[in-house]
Amino acid sequence: MSMLSVENLNVWFGSGRSRVDAVQGATFDVAKGESFGLVGESGSGKSTILKAITGLAPQWDGSITVDGRPLTQKRVKSFYKLVQMVFQDPYASLHPRHSVDGVLGETLHLHGFRDIDTRVTKLLDDVGLGQKFRFRYPHQLSGGQRQRVAIARALAAEPRILLLDEPTSALDVSVQAEILNLLTDLRAEHGLTYVMVSHDLAVVGHMCERLAVMKDSRIVEVMDVAALRAQKAEHPYSQELLRNSIGA
Amino acid sequence: MTLLDVENLWVKFPTRQGVFDAVRGVSFTLGRERLGIVGESGSGKSMTGRAILRLIRPPGIVEADHIRLGDRNLLDLSERDMRAVRGQQISMVMQDPKFSLNPVMSIGEQLIEAYRLANKSGRKEARQASLEALESVSIRDPGRVMAAYPHEMSGGMGQRIMIAMMLIPSPQILIADEPTSALDVSVQRQVLSIMDDLVTSRGMGLIFISHDLNLVADFCDRVLIMYAGRVVEVCRADRLHEAQHPYTRGLLNSLPRLNEPREKLEVLRRDPAWSTAPSVSGRA
Repeated sequence: MSMLSVENLNVWFGSGRSRVDAVQGATFDVAKGESFGLVGESGSGKSTILKAITGLAPQWDGSITVDGRPLTQKRVKSFYKLVQMVFQDPYASLHPRHSVDGVLGETLHLHGFRDIDTRVTKLLDDVGLGQKFRFRYPHQLSGGQRQRVAIARALAAEPRILLLDEPTSALDVSVQAEILNLLTDLRAEHGLTYVMVSHDLAVVGHMCERLAVMKDSRIVEVMDVAALRAQKAEHPYSQELLRNSIGA
Repeated sequence: MTLLDVENLWVKFPTRQGVFDAVRGVSFTLGRERLGIVGESGSGKSMTGRAILRLIRPPGIVEADHIRLGDRNLLDLSERDMRAVRGQQISMVMQDPKFSLNPVMSIGEQLIEAYRLANKSGRKEARQASLEALESVSIRDPGRVMAAYPHEMSGGMGQRIMIAMMLIPSPQILIADEPTSALDVSVQRQVLSIMDDLVTSRGMGLIFISHDLNLVADFCDRVLIMYAGRVVEVCRADRLHEAQHPYTRGLLNSLPRLNEPREKLEVLRRDPAWSTAPSVSGRA
């Protein structure tokens, strides 16, 4: 059964003459427990698809179905119990004047949990940070530690789907390896479904089972990772992308 | 032939907790070659590039036995003489063109200014030279680009314009600090091959600073690997994948690879001894 299904999705910004069609006719399915990648160059609309799913891009049509329920323009609160997002830049996505405890506690409170104290403890353990980080502020954390906090915040609602927007592109390769391993473990432990945007084909190849290649706001090809590893892309653009990825 | 000779370079920053050494005793020479400097953030690779041009602002301190360019020691030059070195003899391309170009001057004006600072010439000649410079970095419509402002350009275009501008005074050495990190892979390749052509055809020396091991292995001739302000290993770029130092090995192994799928990525274990061992010399 598919956990997330996107059909004929169009997303645009602005209106009239300044209208920009960021995503046109995107269609894909993500099965329960699967990890699905979106690749393409900047401006191809891959992050916009994630934004449309979470409700950060209000102008869209087509259909998005999450766990069997079609989404309406307005997201209901229970939607965020199901879907959470992790952003690219851990330096920008945490409030500089809120401590880790504050960030996680507030999120838990908003989701209506009562046992906040035990849950914060558990979240920090889950993402491999431990209790000594609980009362630190973002500037006292490294990039990798911040991204762990951002992942803990996304997990606070106990979602089933995580949308990952370039979760490691701001990090060094050694830290990237730690975060990717963490995401692999969390998926297995919590039975999560991932949709991951990345410009790095090797990262997507490592994390995902299937991927969609985007160009100029359209999905040009959906393939599985075996085809990616064998360099068997069908669309000329995907072939070019494969050739350009150094070390691929 | 040696263009640049750096011996025992230190960059220090006094802080409330004592002096912090960002670069510790780095030595290397640069000939007519492409020298890569790789390392993680905070390893001192950018500081090394900036220190050569004496671009470290006080309270930062640059110390070295010598930084020799030709027969002059850059550390002995006055600030005024140093200004003549910057751009004219050693140029630098930074990571993000958005912050390197003047947002309120058209690209043409900026290129013309750069040309006229380097050559005593009239506007007409400078304009012609600027158009040629833009053509040399594969910009198809140089006339239109000359009249445009930086915000109208894409990242790849902006970076090519920066390279054109840096090469106008025909410097002997180009220092490129993460010149393609802000660009897409397809554009990255274009910019690199343009830079490569220009550097080879003019017989320049290139210092290429990057965090991307694969890119450096592919693009450079020789590589210095930096960790905690020191050079831990020097090797030929095409042999980077056979590197011996545990830090370099760790970095290489932590990269996911398309042709070798695995369950888990290897995580780098840092040995405190790496940061205290003396710097390896990068002399050719």
